[in-house]
Amino acid sequence: MIVDTWVIFILGIMIIGSIAAIEQKEMLSAIITVGIVGLGTSLIFLFLQAPDLAIVQFLFEIFAIIILVRAFIKPDYHKSEPSIMNKIVTVLTVLVLVAILFCSIDMLKALPEFGNPSMETSKYYVDNANAAKETHSANIVTSIILDYRAYDTLGEATVLFTAILGTITILRIKTKKRKSEEAIE
Amino acid sequence: MKQSDGMTVIVKTITRMSVWLIILYGIYIILHGHLTPGGGFAGGVIIALAFLNVMLAYGRKYTEQWLNVRIMYDLVSTGAILFLIIGIFGIALKGSFLANILDLGELFKLESAGVIPIIDIFIGVIVSMGLFVMVWTLAVFHLEDGGEE
Repeated sequence: MIVDTWVIFILGIMIIGSIAAIEQKEMLSAIITVGIVGLGTSLIFLFLQAPDLAIVQFLFEIFAIIILVRAFIKPDYHKSEPSIMNKIVTVLTVLVLVAILFCSIDMLKALPEFGNPSMETSKYYVDNANAAKETHSANIVTSIILDYRAYDTLGEATVLFTAILGTITILRIKTKKRKSEEAIE
Repeated sequence: MKQSDGMTVIVKTITRMSVWLIILYGIYIILHGHLTPGGGFAGGVIIALAFLNVMLAYGRKYTEQWLNVRIMYDLVSTGAILFLIIGIFGIALKGSFLANILDLGELFKLESAGVIPIIDIFIGVIVSMGLFVMVWTLAVFHLEDGGEE
């Protein structure tokens, strides 16, 4: 019950933070205010007893803020005023989202109670400490992501690797082109 | 030293004192991934952020002398390939991809859980070098695009 109250409190702060980020006039303060959402998510993970996720979420939030600051802090960045068409589209989007939420109330009620998963596999890992017995890893989360589900982790590493490869390839082509143009001139 | 070459002397001094501690903490998180919360991803991001800290505080030119960025490109690929090779060894020795091929050892000891800490180290190398190289490439491109530094 106490955890529920804290989670709702942090969710409220996150909603207020995201609204404040939209209303900021300065780009830098807007980016820093966006950080409230990520750090709130990290706190929620901590309250739900998932420290592994909380650490990763916290660090990636800092990383994302650094990249955003590097990317968007430019003197010539101008803010465009929203047109009437934009406002109409925004109102329509909010209405559709509210309608979807309203229609899915029955489905949300049918979900299993929070913290009581009915999955057989997760029961197998936790009950009788099967994961610790079979892999001899004291941290059950690590034993799952690097032993039982190591194939998923390989996919995750491949996603990261491909992102790096794409960044380097695209940016290097442009740099090379510029150098050859300079050589011609 | 010009003002445009990195940040103020306060930031530089703090960075000089703290960067090795941050890197050490990242290595600790990676090596104890199977005992305490954390692991390859978290420790890798900590190390990448330590390098980024140096890059932001001291500027691009100093970091280029301090770190060998070319080797980092190769380390990312090496980590990914070694991860795959361990998986193939699992097929060869135990009959399934990424099987735990080493001795499991004693619970709660640092050298336990067989192949898990080794995969953790490889993931740490991929994440730490990869994220830093990504931001580095973006920064270099920004500079050669005629932007200010």
